Amino acid sequence: MNEKIKFARQFIQALPHAVSLGMKLEELEEGIAVISMPYDEKLIGDPETGVVHGGAVSALMDTCCGAAVMSHPSNPAGTATIDLRIEYLRAATPGQTITTRAHCYHVTRSVAFVRATAVDEDRDNPVASATGTFTVEDKG
Amino acid sequence: MSKRPRPEPVQVVKQRRDAVLNALVTGVPYIQFLGVEFERRGDELTTVMPFRDALIGNPLLPALHGGATAAFLEVTAIITLSWTSIWEDMESGVLDVSDPDNVVLPRLPKTIDFTVDYLRSGLPRDAYARAQIVRSGRRYASVRVEAWQDNRSRPYAAATGHFVMPKKPA
Repeated sequence: MNEKIKFARQFIQALPHAVSLGMKLEELEEGIAVISMPYDEKLIGDPETGVVHGGAVSALMDTCCGAAVMSHPSNPAGTATIDLRIEYLRAATPGQTITTRAHCYHVTRSVAFVRATAVDEDRDNPVASATGTFTVEDKG
Repeated sequence: MSKRPRPEPVQVVKQRRDAVLNALVTGVPYIQFLGVEFERRGDELTTVMPFRDALIGNPLLPALHGGATAAFLEVTAIITLSWTSIWEDMESGVLDVSDPDNVVLPRLPKTIDFTVDYLRSGLPRDAYARAQIVRSGRRYASVRVEAWQDNRSRPYAAATGHFVMPKKPA
């Protein structure tokens, strides 16, 4: 594992908000990140159905997209979200872990472009998809 | 000249509105998890997300997690939308509020999409937000939200979202 990935892995696993949401970094390679978030009652957004709140899915998407940017070979280190759009395709099944896979597919001198998909245990039917742009730090 | 009915006593009005707002938000665990609070002036809502270490994304800066901000904006949009759509029924008495602990509220609107603009880094301080309902139809609604910290005129994040409204009972 190279130094950049190692640093990104440590950094992502130490994000306080990601930790409090129970996120777990599953995979991290050059420009691709996979992060999971187990079901928890504190994440419920619809008390009648027990479905997880969209906001928790947003936090997962944002973390995973940022991780993909950080691990990209042409990005020096840190990053911040410029914009993130999420489409909620269906309600995630209550009780199931949500797993997001993000791909940083293009990086310019100042901007990184990312796409992500979130699934529950039914992996063929995504629960949400996201597109985002992130900052790329100046090489100085 | 017909006599205007006597207006309700102010505390009755306030109690009813606060009870309905309370019923709307306390039932949602994720709102409690984020620690989001609601301030009401008439029908206008301002949401507050008091700062806590658990909301930090980047511990080096430190800055609020973009995901916490996105969630805060989405909570503001959904609750403001729902609150606005039940306002009339609450005021006219169509919504039964005789037992404030057991108000039967309509389902919450469902998010179709949500786009967040991160305008500035979120400081380790309290954040505030207000939503503006751009259009609310029978089935769909479009909402804009803005969040700020120290200066109202310098928003640190803004969002636009689309929602499916709950079906009204026939």
